[in-house]
Amino acid sequence: MTAACPACVAVAPSSEPSGADAAQFSLPTIHCAACIGKIERELAGVIGVQSVRVNLSLKRLAVTGTVAPERVLSALENLGFEAYPLDAAALSRTRDDQGRALLTRLAVAGFAMMNVMLLSVAVWSGATDATRDMFHLISALIALPVVAYSAQPFFTNAWSALRVNRLNMDVPISLAIILAAGMSLYETLQSGAHAYFDAALSLTFFLLIGRYMDHRTRSAARSAARELTALEVHTAERLVGTRTQTVAVSDLAVGDTVVVPTGARVPADGTLLSSEALMDRSLLTGESAAVHLKAGDSVQAGEINIAAPMHLRASAVGQDTSLRRMTALVETAENARNSYTALADRAARIYAPAVHLLALVAFAGWAVATGDIRHALNIAIAVLIITCPCALGLAVPAVSTAAISRLFSEGFLVKHGTALERLAEVTHIVFDKTGTLTRPAIRVPDTMTDAEKAVAKSLAQVSHHPLSRALTAALSSTTPAQVTQIREVAGQGIEGTWHDQTARLGRGPWLDADFTGLGVRIGSNAPIQIETPETLREGAREAIDALDLPCEVLTGDAPAPAARLADQLGIPVTAEARPEDKLHRLETLAASGERVLMIGDGLNDTAALAAAHAALAPATALEASRSAADVVVLKESFADLPLVLRVARATRTLSQQNFTIAAVYNLIAVPIALAGYATPLAAALAMSVSSLTVLVNSQRMRLIK
Amino acid sequence: MNVLVILIPVSLILGAIGLVAFLWTVRSDQYDDDQGNAARILLDDDQQD
Repeated sequence: MTAACPACVAVAPSSEPSGADAAQFSLPTIHCAACIGKIERELAGVIGVQSVRVNLSLKRLAVTGTVAPERVLSALENLGFEAYPLDAAALSRTRDDQGRALLTRLAVAGFAMMNVMLLSVAVWSGATDATRDMFHLISALIALPVVAYSAQPFFTNAWSALRVNRLNMDVPISLAIILAAGMSLYETLQSGAHAYFDAALSLTFFLLIGRYMDHRTRSAARSAARELTALEVHTAERLVGTRTQTVAVSDLAVGDTVVVPTGARVPADGTLLSSEALMDRSLLTGESAAVHLKAGDSVQAGEINIAAPMHLRASAVGQDTSLRRMTALVETAENARNSYTALADRAARIYAPAVHLLALVAFAGWAVATGDIRHALNIAIAVLIITCPCALGLAVPAVSTAAISRLFSEGFLVKHGTALERLAEVTHIVFDKTGTLTRPAIRVPDTMTDAEKAVAKSLAQVSHHPLSRALTAALSSTTPAQVTQIREVAGQGIEGTWHDQTARLGRGPWLDADFTGLGVRIGSNAPIQIETPETLREGAREAIDALDLPCEVLTGDAPAPAARLADQLGIPVTAEARPEDKLHRLETLAASGERVLMIGDGLNDTAALAAAHAALAPATALEASRSAADVVVLKESFADLPLVLRVARATRTLSQQNFTIAAVYNLIAVPIALAGYATPLAAALAMSVSSLTVLVNSQRMRLIK
Repeated sequence: MNVLVILIPVSLILGAIGLVAFLWTVRSDQYDDDQGNAARILLDDDQQD
């Protein structure tokens, strides 16, 4: 927890060993058999590891044994994989019972469909009289219980829509399935010629495929999003008398003295009791430079303490902290986005009444024309079965499943069901700067000797300051020197003793140097300046060059770094934008008809993320920002950002194509059904062929480059 | 036509065997990592736990 543990610096926050329980990690960059083999082989050799299992579909790693998560993380880092620890407790709770139930229903429906189809083939090829009746009867015995069991998801959905006087896609589906089964039973008992048991079952089967696909992508996204949430620390250190105790953040009270360890996030709003502190506010305000505070200054929940451990007196806790208030604001804004109507629902709103009306007209027409109610009912049911939105039910889930799994394999987690549709409509992109487009970086001067590098590294290792971390990363190939008596001087830097000389890493003036930035000085040697340009996130430039939409940057940072970024990227940059300014800018853009994609990571972006038409956040973002985003970028690089938009647009195109295909089949088949020529064979053919065409067409998503 | 008395139950039983086998695969978590299983057959080193 403290700076006394150099190895902790390079890795993630939590430091308790995971015990014999399974620890889980997210591995966004794995993609092939070689990755699985490499990770499982290497980790099996790490001391304390009992078993390792990589799940390639979920890009997840499960490790059991008494090994600290940090060891696993550093082993993975050495292998060259990005890895994030996940909360094992949250995962074990999320067994996919619903998906399993759907798969079972699907299997039962498939079994029944094949058997009844077999019997139906005999009927279609000319079975008559008693044989036909027997075949129909056996079909009924198989079909009725199976329909009652397998089609339940549609019935419940349709019922919940009907109860509030609304129509959804499940209403015509349920009606078609029930009427087809019921009418066929009646016909069978009357020794009629036509039974639609096979149609009722294949409807159920194909639609369950769509339902299962839908469920699978949603649950994968949901559970992964929940895991990302588990990264946040939910405990605080409270000072009681002279002892500290670890309590849940929710148990803190106003007036408590809270200890914030180095590198930890402040759990409550309050005033600083320690004489000095250095805070990283980049997630809250976008300021890239650390903020220096004195006793009595106010501290906000969510800031990160990057110097020595500090004490603060809590003045607002729990729901009252500014962080929570902001998050609550975001949740309200999110609800507004939920009112976006998905393409499939819009289609259903037109389609469902039309289908019912058509069947009713067919029934009334034939009843009036021939006076034969039974025949009229038969035709009405044939119309319902043929127009049943089988392909429509598959059109969107099949495409979005393919799209979401395509994006997931590229390291993008799509969290929201309608995210792809909204992304496809985006006309303007707004970026945040600090933490999103830029990261602190270090340029180690060539003139630095190996000994100086070694000293600098061992000093940098103990600090949580973003620059120290960046320096440690930049010196990854250097072996740290034996520096003793290391201590952190708040607001200045780190000091230690090496070969009886004082070694310092810190701000220029503290080193008696003539520069103001970061530097290192050993004994009485000349101070060496270490340049700290903010570097662009990997792939950010390529992404912005490749995007065919107008881009701009809104940042809470000072004008100077903002101007540098504008020069580097050649896009407009607005500096010193407060959260309200960002929100206001987005509203202005929205008012002028633009559909804005917001990409940001900090609390100062959260309101903007929630207000945007679509939002995207990196995995390192604050929890509130991630929950406001539709898409989370799991990997470091932004290079594939244009791919997200291409896939989203392809999703829209392919969904529309699928709707067209389904409509064309209906245009051909409906007149035949209305004229009374639709046989059960024709219905089965029309349904299967249109469903299969739609499924095959959706697979073209794999070809999007 | 009497052969149907045998053939129809036979076809149902065969289908049911397939159904039971599938339900077993669902219950024993064999669909949790389809991509991983597809890739694993390419690993040729024998791993021991």
